Amino acid sequence: MEKRWIALYVENEVGVLAKISGLFSGKSYNLLSLTVGTTEDETVSRMTISVESDDVTFEQIKKQLNRMVEVIKVIDLTDVNIHMKEILYIKIKQMSEAQKQEAFRIAQVFSAEVIDIGADSCIIASMLTEHRNNELIALCNDVFARIEVVRGGSVAIESISTSCR
Amino acid sequence: MDIAGKNLFVKALKNEGVDTIFAYPGGVITDLLDEIEKDGSIRIVLPRHEQALVHEAEGYARATGKVGVCLVTSGPGATNTVTAITDAFLDSIPIVCFTGQVSLPLIGNDAFQEVDTIGISRNITKWGITVRRREDMGHIIKEAFYVAKTGKPGPVIIDLPKDIQVSSGDSEYPSEVNIRGYKPNEGVHVGQLKKAWKTLKNAERPIILAGGGVNNARADEELTAFAEKTGVPVVTTVMGRGAIPTSHPLYFGNAGMHGAYACNLAIKECDVLFSIGTRFNDRITGDLNDFAPNAQIVHIDIDSASISRNVVVNVPVVSDAKVALEKLNEWAAKINTEDWIKEIKAWDSEYPLEMPNDVGLTPQAIMRGINEVFHESFITTDVGQHQMWAAQFIELDKKRHMITSGGLGTMGFGFPAAIGAKVGLPDTPVICVTGDGSFQMNLQEMATANTEDTPVVICLLNNEVLGMVRQMQNLFYGKRYVATDLKKADDAYVPDFMKLAEAYGAKGIRVTQREEIIPALKEAAENTDSCTLVEFMIDKDEVVLPMVKGGNSTSDMIL
Repeated sequence: MEKRWIALYVENEVGVLAKISGLFSGKSYNLLSLTVGTTEDETVSRMTISVESDDVTFEQIKKQLNRMVEVIKVIDLTDVNIHMKEILYIKIKQMSEAQKQEAFRIAQVFSAEVIDIGADSCIIASMLTEHRNNELIALCNDVFARIEVVRGGSVAIESISTSCR
Repeated sequence: MDIAGKNLFVKALKNEGVDTIFAYPGGVITDLLDEIEKDGSIRIVLPRHEQALVHEAEGYARATGKVGVCLVTSGPGATNTVTAITDAFLDSIPIVCFTGQVSLPLIGNDAFQEVDTIGISRNITKWGITVRRREDMGHIIKEAFYVAKTGKPGPVIIDLPKDIQVSSGDSEYPSEVNIRGYKPNEGVHVGQLKKAWKTLKNAERPIILAGGGVNNARADEELTAFAEKTGVPVVTTVMGRGAIPTSHPLYFGNAGMHGAYACNLAIKECDVLFSIGTRFNDRITGDLNDFAPNAQIVHIDIDSASISRNVVVNVPVVSDAKVALEKLNEWAAKINTEDWIKEIKAWDSEYPLEMPNDVGLTPQAIMRGINEVFHESFITTDVGQHQMWAAQFIELDKKRHMITSGGLGTMGFGFPAAIGAKVGLPDTPVICVTGDGSFQMNLQEMATANTEDTPVVICLLNNEVLGMVRQMQNLFYGKRYVATDLKKADDAYVPDFMKLAEAYGAKGIRVTQREEIIPALKEAAENTDSCTLVEFMIDKDEVVLPMVKGGNSTSDMIL
């Protein structure tokens, strides 16, 4: 079992998201995250999907997606260079002054930002890889008493000349 | 000039060459039916239930090779089609089903007979869409027919809101289709196919496994030619039966759960399994670890997603069966299979496909009676023991064809499918082989057969039990017969099918003796004024053999 990524171009129509997610539930594929938004062509949406599967199932998932009438193109991102980011908000509550200082330090180290602040709380916004966001959440969980996490799922685009993932 | 949606609907049907529509009326499709009737060129077949309606369209499609077209109302009209639409999906039958829908502003209000038809059917259709703008109606219908019949065929649902049907718009019906996400495979990768041929050519113990894809592609002549040119023996799935005449010296029968001993053994022992148009369903393979364990597997299928899903194959070829076989026939040459065929024949004579105790009114004698009396015909079956006996013993060729529910195994399929086949081919005898369990799932269609003048012959094997499940209880559950008796022990007939036949204006013949089989079938064949229901009173302890227990290796057969 391995985590893999797919980019999917689909018709921007009512019901297509339900159809794609229904395939995953109907065939017992393990869907980890799915993001969707329109592209430069407003009749086309692009999805970034992550799944956990073995090789055989992953091949099957790609084929099943490909045969859907509403799916325009399936791109396997597993072995290509991509830029991938995930939006993450962490609201930290019941903070002391010292903890507020700590929140700024953590944000700085992670290249995240403190975007909002109150008497005893603040919000960190982060646009990092899913992996880095996981680390940021883990750290905040350790350091602060109460946090609230909202994350958006990853979006990815194929690299031009860099080899980062 | 602009026209109403309902007029474009009729124009579209005529453009697609639709001559018959299976329709059940209701609140939101009355406009459409009214327009069809005004036009007058399309036959409307009115069934008694929407599930049967779609089965009728399936039978029509399978018999004629055309798309089966359905029209049902919103709400229960649409939900009643679900089982039959799924049946068409699993057996790759081209169906376009129009469902009425409440007007767009009412959607989401829990309006009367409002249901999310496309949502319900999303996982059981090849494609489905609600027409939300009048200007999209023409191209959506065009695309629906194209998607239903090309590639791996299947059912498509077009949901038509009431207000779209009556709103005015462009009168053009497009002549071209261009769906950017749907480009069905029309050719064949010659390099892959050459590899497939090379693999077969070098085999010593090759076998061809033909599935329903060969029949769907109407490639029986090409398959027979290929087998004859190469001398490679052929076995089929239930859906593939008839892809080569069953009397052909190179044909050995069905493989799988109730397949012939020799066929399952041949798959076990072969060195090349040359499969065409099968998805290696579990009923064919049994335990995957012991399926063709020594073979190089060639897999030709129109659906790339069928390849290397259940069985890992050595040579995948994505192609329509007919296209691939036509090309293969250009290269085909004799392969030395004499010794191998002798071996298969020896297995076959060791355990031939014969009922062990063929005395009295046996299923085997009934099936052979059908072979004797009906030559050019379409034979539909329902689902259960009778289906397997039909698949084992009914002889098929260029003239005698079989239509059965293989993928979904839908009880209640056979009789409406027979009516649909008869609608499509009124001059061809159509026989429905059914059981008392299956028949009672759609027997209301006796009324449809009456009013639509579709005199089909119903061969009902009555054992007063749900035989296939009872057989499992007999063999694997210590003869504890739970919920499989269809009547109380001291009752005579429940129902009395003879009275039922009479009630629907059909002819009833009850057969209790072996000698009565042929005269009864001949009498049925001669009756073209109404349906003939021939009821065969068979023993409830008859079992379908051989049998492979679900999940076991197919070489591990109860004989």
